[in-house]
Amino acid sequence: MSKKLLMGNEAIALGAIRAGVNIVTGYPGTPSTEVLETVARNNPGDIYVEWSVNEKSAMEVAAGAAYSGARTMVTMKQVGLNVASDPLMSLAYIGVKGGMVILVADDPGPFSSQTEQDTRHFARYSNLPVLDPSSPEEAYEMIQYAFELSEMVELPVFLRPTTRICHSCATIDLDEKRLEHKIEGFVKDPRWVIFPSLAYKKHIHIEKLQHKLSDIFSDLSFNKVEGKDVRLGVAASGVAYSYVVEALEKLNADVKLFKVGTPYPLPSDVASSFLEELDEVLVFEELDPVVEEEIIMLCASKQQKIRILGKKTGHLPFAGEYTFELVYDALAKYLNIEIEEFENTLAPELPVRQPVLCAGCPHRASFYAVKIAMKSQKAVFTGDIGCYTLGNAKPLDMVDTCLCMGAGITVAQGIKRAQPDTKHIAFIGDSTFFHTGIPGIVNAVYNNTDITVVILDNSTTAMTGHQPHPGTGKTMMNNISEKIDIYGMVKACGVKHIVKGNPLDFNNAVDIIKKAAEYKGPSVVIFEAPCIALFKPPVKYTINENCKNCKKCITDIGCPAISFIDGKVSIEPSLCYGCGLCTNVCPFNAIGGEENE
Amino acid sequence: MSKFDILISGVGGQGTVLASRLIAAAAINQGCFARTAETIGMSQRGGCVVSHVRIDSQKSGSVIPLRSAHMLIAFELAEAARNIPRLSKKGCCIVNTQVIKPVSASLGNSHYDNNEIIKYIKDNSQEVYFIDGYSLAEKAGNVKAVNVVLLGAATAVGKMPFTKEIMQDAIIKNVPQKFRELNQKAFEMGYEATVKLIIKA
Repeated sequence: MSKKLLMGNEAIALGAIRAGVNIVTGYPGTPSTEVLETVARNNPGDIYVEWSVNEKSAMEVAAGAAYSGARTMVTMKQVGLNVASDPLMSLAYIGVKGGMVILVADDPGPFSSQTEQDTRHFARYSNLPVLDPSSPEEAYEMIQYAFELSEMVELPVFLRPTTRICHSCATIDLDEKRLEHKIEGFVKDPRWVIFPSLAYKKHIHIEKLQHKLSDIFSDLSFNKVEGKDVRLGVAASGVAYSYVVEALEKLNADVKLFKVGTPYPLPSDVASSFLEELDEVLVFEELDPVVEEEIIMLCASKQQKIRILGKKTGHLPFAGEYTFELVYDALAKYLNIEIEEFENTLAPELPVRQPVLCAGCPHRASFYAVKIAMKSQKAVFTGDIGCYTLGNAKPLDMVDTCLCMGAGITVAQGIKRAQPDTKHIAFIGDSTFFHTGIPGIVNAVYNNTDITVVILDNSTTAMTGHQPHPGTGKTMMNNISEKIDIYGMVKACGVKHIVKGNPLDFNNAVDIIKKAAEYKGPSVVIFEAPCIALFKPPVKYTINENCKNCKKCITDIGCPAISFIDGKVSIEPSLCYGCGLCTNVCPFNAIGGEENE
Repeated sequence: MSKFDILISGVGGQGTVLASRLIAAAAINQGCFARTAETIGMSQRGGCVVSHVRIDSQKSGSVIPLRSAHMLIAFELAEAARNIPRLSKKGCCIVNTQVIKPVSASLGNSHYDNNEIIKYIKDNSQEVYFIDGYSLAEKAGNVKAVNVVLLGAATAVGKMPFTKEIMQDAIIKNVPQKFRELNQKAFEMGYEATVKLIIKA
């Protein structure tokens, strides 16, 4: 045993390694990414780890291995689960042999997501059990149990941490003794082929299993009833439980508290013993009222008359992250305890710090080149998911739509059909191109839709922390692999006008865009320049005496390294990455380069 | 050991996450339980970032409640003001006087008034130390060491639940070998500068 400060995601990864996981697959997505990365970094040597091309592929690779008796884990964020939902639903019927954990991180807030969707619905929808940790320490325990449970019931099991679990650290007692899990190998059996007749039988089977799972969960310490008060009860799941415990301590209050570690299926026996003699229950859970509804249904089935308060009654909000303050206020009101109002002196107006493209980011040059090239024309710019979504920020203002991974290209086609007299330019990153961009390009070619796709190839998956992908020629196992050529892929899709260029070679980049936009039919521009995190800048730029303080370098491109301080434009040396885009913007030749030491 | 909550606020890229990890590592070496919560993702380079470090709070969440932090270490002037509401009325704060103007302020779409901000910080905290961490880090050899300068300053206040030696040890063990000397120097410079401020007060 050793004590270590571990991030929730690291705790989950080390727990999986300890449980003898053999195969780990996933697609990066905040807040889930570090789970797979930590397995790769701490790989004892016999675990296969891959970043798959998207979540559906990752789920299917993990499923195949689990059919063969391997312990497997597949990682993604909540929106990624939508991509993997097709194999998920069938897999729930087919089941697995080796333990399979589907790690899906939810993002209440949201901090970095398109939606706040709740993965526990997918658990209910697919009839698969879900474990919901309330702390990083508990996540470490739960992941190990999840493999056992999965093998016991031969079903994949969800572990669903939220951002505050994934990205919080705690002191964890690590058990370094690792369980060895032997892979038996694939045994041919009709159970692996989902024919309609099998599906019917399996549906009956998994419905019955729900009751068994509920009984199994009633014996787990992840679910428990604490406290004394016999009239007022509180139920809490996930990170909300830790806020409730902290708030009860501060309020010096005692209530009957139901800690729900398995929101679905609800552990009915524990829940029933909790509900005994209660008049009211207040339910705390982030996102949707999953536990709340399960408790309402349990009360209804037992004809118990208990008031269940929560989101459905307006006592707690549906949207946004829960906080200590929110839980504390709601508990005080519920328990009728008077608390001091929080008074705050009015702060002065503070500067807004929106997320922006990094100083030196080549995407800024790409967006600016397209902006200049399309200046006098009517154009719509469809964006996608990645760092380059930040191209929507002022002054670039170059992202008019953003829906989900890969959709920029297809949304552009839809707008083109509705608005044919406009130029339509879709932006997509290199990793997203492989994820779900290719079918959109095939669709444009097949239907001969006149759009221009700009692929922003910075040689990495930048937003989630620089993971490799099929275009990088590297894998997560540190192998060199076949580098899949984006140009060749686009050509194979049937695009006739394809041009590669460097966005930092600015005038040429503008010309390339002009020509691609003039081409009738689908055209593709591939702008290649590496992410600034991948290299050390060779030069840094400074402002010289020619500067007239016109601020065009600030107002045109919005580089965070350039600011206006004490009446002068200046470049912060610790931020400049030497991209030189500003030198193309300055009308007075007032920006010069210096070699970096 | 009694509970001790430290909030670190700054701008993405300043090294706040590492600073919070170093404090937690020092706390664990002292035999305490530590928790942290950090801002990660969504291009935080240039955005607001906050790290929460909670020492000996096994039965708590990882986020420090409003008006509860025993200490605020602010890496940037405006980010100090933004996070004052989490500082306890009896808490102390260490403020790096460095100003990082966001693009929105340079464009004139948002407001940055140093004097107003300084006044607000002074009015709303009992004990405050203003440190020019940027210049000290520059003198130590690299502006990127500003996080360790501020750890030196925070340690000098003498309220952290561990000794200066344990903090230094955590830094040395957790930074790459080639930056050890730089970080040791940066830590000492932050420490000395703050000791001087305390003596003056």
